[in-house]
Amino acid sequence: MTFTITIIGLAAGTYLLKSAAPLLLGGRRLPGSIERLADLLPVALLAALVVVSTFTHGRSLAVDARAGGLAAAAFALVLRAPFVVVVLVAAAVTATIRMV
Amino acid sequence: MIPFGLAFGVETHQAGLAPWKAAALSSIVFTGSAQFAAVEVLSRGGAAISAVAAGLLLNLRSLAFGVVMAPSLEGPRWKRALWSHLMIDESTAVGSGQVEARWRRYGFVYTGLAIFATWNISTLVGAIALSSAGHVVTDWGLDATIPAAFLALLWPRLVDRRHVRVALAGALVALALVPVAPPGVPIVAGAVGIAAAWRRSSPPGAA
Repeated sequence: MTFTITIIGLAAGTYLLKSAAPLLLGGRRLPGSIERLADLLPVALLAALVVVSTFTHGRSLAVDARAGGLAAAAFALVLRAPFVVVVLVAAAVTATIRMV
Repeated sequence: MIPFGLAFGVETHQAGLAPWKAAALSSIVFTGSAQFAAVEVLSRGGAAISAVAAGLLLNLRSLAFGVVMAPSLEGPRWKRALWSHLMIDESTAVGSGQVEARWRRYGFVYTGLAIFATWNISTLVGAIALSSAGHVVTDWGLDATIPAAFLALLWPRLVDRRHVRVALAGALVALALVPVAPPGVPIVAGAVGIAAAWRRSSPPGAA
């Protein structure tokens, strides 16, 4: 049920955002405040997703092998590695730490 | 795009979603980062409303893509309705890179269709290839691909100190809420991190 509501809500909301301009707005511009929100919200949310998926275990905070994987991913990004390298490096480092 | 689709397939598997659900998300929603965020919320036992909110807040930019492309997407209403489904980063990037309206439209539509195909196929491969893998996920460290994928999406957006401040604030708010808020809510609440963009004098996370 949770999944059904999620996919319906997400699909409807996403399509509304995607189609608002082509179907309704035409060539009109968005207010500057919306453009700023569209620019900044992903930054705040992606950062939240990064730390929550790395440093939590259920509802408690935890630092484990995943933190090492994230550090390795950050290092790969500094070196301008492509996406596939970034995630594979993160997986490899995490797995290595777990084996030790 | 293909590695990102595979990573999404892996994520849906870890969240306990059947491959057909992964396929449904990729074809009906068709917005990579929103799908990723929503499934992350679901995988933590978050409510549907949190999953939808995380996905939609993250993808407010689809609205901005539409504004960029709308003048070139001329045609009957049903065509504009279909084209709208293809309103993603890549199709907008290619389409808006052309000069003439006709080529802007071609670039947008064909890039959108190509990405739609690869995104859906790679999602399915990721979801199915790993659905019988069991402990392999934690043994191989595949669970660490999720934060790495989010970090890779975040990285190119950290264009100046203001954006870095917003990222730090969002991260701190989310972490602070993890022990006290229902699952999924900390991620959505991270959105208030954008306050750090305006309040220059206050330290990040004070929001």
